[in-house]
Amino acid sequence: MKVGKSSFTFDSVYLKETSVVTGPKEAKGPLHSYFDESYSDLHCNESSWEKAEIKMYQRSIEIALKKASLKQNDIDVFVSGDLNNQIVIGTYALRNQQANYLGIFNACASSMEGFIVASNLIQANNAQYVMVTVSSHNATAERQFRYPTEYGGQKPESLTSTVTAACSAILCKDKTKIKITRATIGQVVDYDQKDAQDMGRAMAPAAYNTLKTHFDDFKITPEDYDYIFTGDLSQLGKDLLIQIMKEKGYNLNHYDDCGVMIYDRSFQQVSSGGSGCGCLPSVAYSYVLDQMKKKELKKVLLVATGALHNPMILAQKESIPVIAHAICLEVVE
Amino acid sequence: MNHQKIDLGIKQIMDQTKPKRKVLKNAFFAFLIGGFICLLAQIIIEIFKQWFEEDIAKNISVTVMVFLGALCTGLGIYDRIGQIAGAGTIIPLTGFSNSMTSCALESKSEGIFLGIVTNMFKLAGSVIVVGVVSAFFVGSIVYLFRVLL
Repeated sequence: MKVGKSSFTFDSVYLKETSVVTGPKEAKGPLHSYFDESYSDLHCNESSWEKAEIKMYQRSIEIALKKASLKQNDIDVFVSGDLNNQIVIGTYALRNQQANYLGIFNACASSMEGFIVASNLIQANNAQYVMVTVSSHNATAERQFRYPTEYGGQKPESLTSTVTAACSAILCKDKTKIKITRATIGQVVDYDQKDAQDMGRAMAPAAYNTLKTHFDDFKITPEDYDYIFTGDLSQLGKDLLIQIMKEKGYNLNHYDDCGVMIYDRSFQQVSSGGSGCGCLPSVAYSYVLDQMKKKELKKVLLVATGALHNPMILAQKESIPVIAHAICLEVVE
Repeated sequence: MNHQKIDLGIKQIMDQTKPKRKVLKNAFFAFLIGGFICLLAQIIIEIFKQWFEEDIAKNISVTVMVFLGALCTGLGIYDRIGQIAGAGTIIPLTGFSNSMTSCALESKSEGIFLGIVTNMFKLAGSVIVVGVVSAFFVGSIVYLFRVLL
């Protein structure tokens, strides 16, 4: 049901199972014990990084299906997003698999965009099971958006490091312990930020915009949630969001950013934190769900943020448009 | 579509909190490490001067430095030093070598012709273009001075 200007409520959409497959750096981070599988090498025994990402993507689907005791043809629709040009990872991973496929792109906000698409399909009775898979790979993203991985240029403090992770979630109509209850579609906003090495801060206004819309649409405050998680604002973006929210009269007391949580910056060289499609889901599908299953958290808001530029248009002196989508997960009593 | 609604209050906070680069610290390490690379090159020249003429010794030193830059890139060390040294590792010849080697390594998966050959000068190409163009102008000015004076 539509609520306010940009939000929905769902009454029969549940989260069945999730899977998180990560790279080596994430496996050394503080949340490593929550992941389903981690590769010790970025190449994953493949000849190129793109092929490695495809392998991780397929592995994540396999694990999710296995955990849910489902077969691939039980899934009505695969909703998929990644950071490669023309979102090739999802299409190549699912070619010749007889999978109904919807490719989506909202950069690092793709995971929650996928949830919104999937939840609507299920709510409308158009699908029984929908798989939402997103992936990002440090090396494929770096070479596409920035410099070659071995290039010796200095990385500023504000830079984020793309998380290597493929994450799947199966959404369904059957009742499970976790329910998807609310969603807010974000708007594309642009605050004239041009520094591609400072994307966490560039995305903070989008997170604010979506949070404010969400609170206004449902007439609630941040206290309505046990915890709010943003996708990949990193340390600088997180600080900026808290400051903006405070300025606008919201206190974010129970809030963290997945880009900050996934790495331990005291010994891992990731500058300001993690980013990428896989950043929010690798934390949300593992650690956050675990906390929810233990009933430590009962109602959480996931806000995935994305920067919607490409290097070519930035070189034309354009700024970075950003977006954020929000999904509310609740524990079913 | 130019009437974009942006919140000036947010824009102001963003401008105020813009992170500043640590220019002094970066300059210090760039000087120290960049200087060390130059010192190393000079030592190589001095060593080879014992057997060769100075011009040849210089050429040998250039070759050795390019090799060392490529080797460190391949071993994955150069980008780590670069993170501390900044301009100190980009400006010397080893930085030129690094920009070529890193591009070549990166595009290896696309094959020799479409990958390595096409992309090797992706970053280093700008150095060559700027070098040739500025050499032309500086050369022209020097020539004019010589003719006039």
